[in-house]
Amino acid sequence: MADIHSVIGTKNKKGQTYTDTWKLMNEAPRTPSFFTGSEVIKEALRRASCDVMIAYPITPQSEAAALIGELFAEGYIGDYFRGESEFAVMSQCAGAAFGGARVFTTTAGPGTMRAMENFPMWSGARLPIQMIVTCRGINSPLSIQPDTLEIAYLLNTGMLVWHAETAQDFFDWILKGYMVSEEPDVHLPLALCCDGFFVTHTKDVVNLTPADMCLPPYDPYRSPVPCMDMECPPVRMMRDPFVMKSNYISYATHASWQQEIWAAVERSRKHSIHWLNGLIDTENTDAEIIIVASGTAVSQGREAIRLLEDEGVRCGLVKVKTLRPWPEEEIREATKNAKHIFVPEFNVTGWLAKEIKATISNPERVHAGPRVCGGMTMPPEIIVSEIKTALGMKTFSLAGRGS
Amino acid sequence: MSKERIQISEDLYDIMPPDYQDLVKSATYGKEDRGWKDIGTSKELIEQHSLCAGCPESMAFRYILASLPNPEDTVMVGSTGCTSLVFPMVAVHNIHSLFGNQNAIASGLKRALSVRFPGRVKDVVVLAGDGATVDIGLDMTLQAWFRQEKFTTICFDNELYANTGGQESGLMQKGFVAKMAPVGKLFDKVRLPEIARESGCHYVVNCTVSKPSLVEKVIRNAVHIAREIGPTYLQLYTPCILEIGKNSMEGLQEMRDSEKPTERFAYKEYISEPAKQLLAELAAKDKERKAAAKQLAGQASA
Ligand SMILES: Cc1ncc(C[n+]2csc(CCOP(=O)(O)OP(=O)(O)O)c2C)c(N)n1
Ligand code: SF4
Ligand SMILES: [Mg+2]
Repeated sequence: MADIHSVIGTKNKKGQTYTDTWKLMNEAPRTPSFFTGSEVIKEALRRASCDVMIAYPITPQSEAAALIGELFAEGYIGDYFRGESEFAVMSQCAGAAFGGARVFTTTAGPGTMRAMENFPMWSGARLPIQMIVTCRGINSPLSIQPDTLEIAYLLNTGMLVWHAETAQDFFDWILKGYMVSEEPDVHLPLALCCDGFFVTHTKDVVNLTPADMCLPPYDPYRSPVPCMDMECPPVRMMRDPFVMKSNYISYATHASWQQEIWAAVERSRKHSIHWLNGLIDTENTDAEIIIVASGTAVSQGREAIRLLEDEGVRCGLVKVKTLRPWPEEEIREATKNAKHIFVPEFNVTGWLAKEIKATISNPERVHAGPRVCGGMTMPPEIIVSEIKTALGMKTFSLAGRGS
Repeated sequence: MSKERIQISEDLYDIMPPDYQDLVKSATYGKEDRGWKDIGTSKELIEQHSLCAGCPESMAFRYILASLPNPEDTVMVGSTGCTSLVFPMVAVHNIHSLFGNQNAIASGLKRALSVRFPGRVKDVVVLAGDGATVDIGLDMTLQAWFRQEKFTTICFDNELYANTGGQESGLMQKGFVAKMAPVGKLFDKVRLPEIARESGCHYVVNCTVSKPSLVEKVIRNAVHIAREIGPTYLQLYTPCILEIGKNSMEGLQEMRDSEKPTERFAYKEYISEPAKQLLAELAAKDKERKAAAKQLAGQASA
């Protein structure tokens, strides 16, 4: 197998040049393009040197998954097929990753939930699969609307979990994500989440890297566990399978394996900081009021801050980019001056607010809202109103509007 | 994998486990006519395992591993169940991930290996219990066949969920009283071999593992056909002696009793037309090769 560095500068069968990823992402020229989020996923994949993509239809990721099929037909992806269910798809992804492939898939809402058993298996087996999650409702009655509740279920799987705000994030993070995931000291799957529809179905200007440059291929022999391709000695893995033993060695093995996965999540921190330029972005963190958010709630927060400025209220912003690894220190530091911390979220339980409360001192500063769910939009005005109410300022009443 | 890959550096030789030293010395990776007869004179690709004493699954494992035509380039996929107690002791790469997803894992694996090693043989063989194959994993079993995925599926049919203590399974016989079938199983043993044929398998065999030569033949056929044509399925009776109340010595007799012409494991085989053609070609080549070898040996001694 050629090692990554020796292929840089050479061309793949589509004539794309394998390019050092840092140069590709930071130095190569960018072309502004007006695309939907789904099209952006396709364009990122065109440049990702992906070996296997496995698809299954579910709104709002179906379009992206089908567009990647077109890429396969054009010869940009090694193999592509529709699996029979998300559970099967995620196992098929695992099989491909066990076999040393760079793997990509997309899902949403009920698909994420259907596949759930696979995710701790992926991280336990150290498979650096990338899964796009275009979040949608998981409640009954059936909903296809944007809602981020499913992310809460991913947080303890041992996967890396990132939450993109915009299509630009998406484009860059798909490519950078592989760089972090595939580091030998990380080697974990990545759930790259976005808010369905808001990001997937709206058009935005995205600056794309040149289409004739692509990532260096994945090198499965940098994996911390053997690649299952019979290209290295098939050593016996253990004397007795630990599942059968109820003894201290068995417990210690399982415990240390779990600890190692979470240590790998921790070790991804430095790589994520390097590639994403920090785990969080901040604006005006000297303000007494700070909005902390992830996903499109960040955009709404930014707009609310502008509205509040017009009324003389100064407000800072923290955009949380990675949920795993969790930017504990960064959030603590960014909110240390804040008297009030608002956490707008697109889900009913407020999982982000809970994480933040568990992170900072004086957690009573956290106002866990506003929250919308079930597909409701979050007009910046409701964030403004939440903040003004908390500050004891006069605000309009939503219920009274129009009466 | 070439056999050189498993060689041990001289400096490290004495600290390697004896079973690994034996693998390097006398395992039959790469041997053209490997088969069950190598058992006893070569290092087997299986080490001590923790199945119940006398469990027919262990015989089945030994025969299968001795018969794989190309173990140096074969990856096996297992599932949860008694078989998963053995795989950590198997000297070909093998994957355990979840219960019932084995044919999905194998689908992704086979495709990845085809993308990464174009033009090279990389066989994939699934080996799982009846619960894994027919109950919890049935959709993935069938869908892999519908899609004509090129790997072999082997089901160790012990007609119950052994690893969890003997519960009813889809391949259990009707009327059998078991855990979770307190008044006896109410429906027939699922006819998976017939379903396999209808689902697009090119080679289907239903038999016991009482005869190693038979196991060798069906394994070789199944792997060759899967490699060249499409999915193949072997359903092998490996009775759970523990749960049906037999002693360690009684597994073989149980299999012999169940393979009589009127019994449920009487030998049954289906071969598709393209698979028949392939087998004929392989047999012809084999004959040619043996004749040539004989001639060469004759010349040498003359
Ligand atoms: C999702 C899931 N459900 C249930 C189980 C429990 N379980 C483990 S092995 C097994 C039965 C295996 O039966 P079979 O496939 O027939 O294999 P055998 O043990 O009989 O060889 C079950 C139900 C599990 N591990 N995972
Ligand atoms: S429980 Fe049954 S199938 Fe499992 S090892 Fe024992 S005899 Fe074999
Ligand atoms: Mg069974």
